[in-house]
Amino acid sequence: MFIVATVAVLIALVLAVSRAILGPSVFDRVLAGNSVGTLAILLLAVLGFLTGRPEWLDIALTYCLLNIIGTLAVLKYFRYGDLAYDDEKEQP
Amino acid sequence: MITFIQGVLLTLLAAITIAIVRQRNLFGVVILAGIYSFLIASVMMVLDAVDVAMTEASVGAGISTVVLLAALHLTGSREYPPAHAALLPLFVSAVTAGALIWGTAELPKFGVSHAPIHQNTAPKYIEDAAQHKMPPNMVTGVLADYRGYDTLGETTVIFTGGIGVMLIMRGRRRKSKGSDAKSKSRERSA
Repeated sequence: MFIVATVAVLIALVLAVSRAILGPSVFDRVLAGNSVGTLAILLLAVLGFLTGRPEWLDIALTYCLLNIIGTLAVLKYFRYGDLAYDDEKEQP
Repeated sequence: MITFIQGVLLTLLAAITIAIVRQRNLFGVVILAGIYSFLIASVMMVLDAVDVAMTEASVGAGISTVVLLAALHLTGSREYPPAHAALLPLFVSAVTAGALIWGTAELPKFGVSHAPIHQNTAPKYIEDAAQHKMPPNMVTGVLADYRGYDTLGETTVIFTGGIGVMLIMRGRRRKSKGSDAKSKSRERSA
């Protein structure tokens, strides 16, 4: 069962990566990058069970936190074009 | 099964690398580099190097993406096509890659127990750790005692790097914001 899950995750990974390569717009790439991060976490979790070491789930949780940081940085760059943008500075 | 997963991941890595080289929009390059980091972290994980995978994911996919995006704000996100064909760099890369692949031919197979790295000091550490009154955890004993100077050096490097980053960040903020913002931030911290 874990083997089937692993193969499914790998197929999804191939689809997401091909979308990231083909584009055509930057937003496709951002979404594809986010999905690749999520799929890497899923692959880590499934691999842990496949090789009989479910302790890897803790590492998967850490990956989730890292993924959020990257996505937040990308979104802030989209919104303001600058990561050091200060919201309070603009108000009169 | 592991070989199959490894094959799929490495194929995706090659595809992503070619896409990074061909991509002219630097924002797309940053995203693709993040994907590359997640994939190489998965490869490390399949190879059982979970700690290396963790470092790769946090530095490559987390911090590098943030730093590169901050740099994009300064440079603009369009890469101009090169003025001339990059034949010499291609040649140098090909020669370097050939030398590296040639070098791996001499290496022992992955994971064999009679490789030279497992022959010299590792058995001695395992046998003598109890006699030498090491910490009960053998890994801690090797890192903190047998290789104490090595670990001390690493810690010094990281400490120096941290101090450097802190000094750079502090000096930058004081210059750009002025005395008004400084007093405001002092209020906020107090």
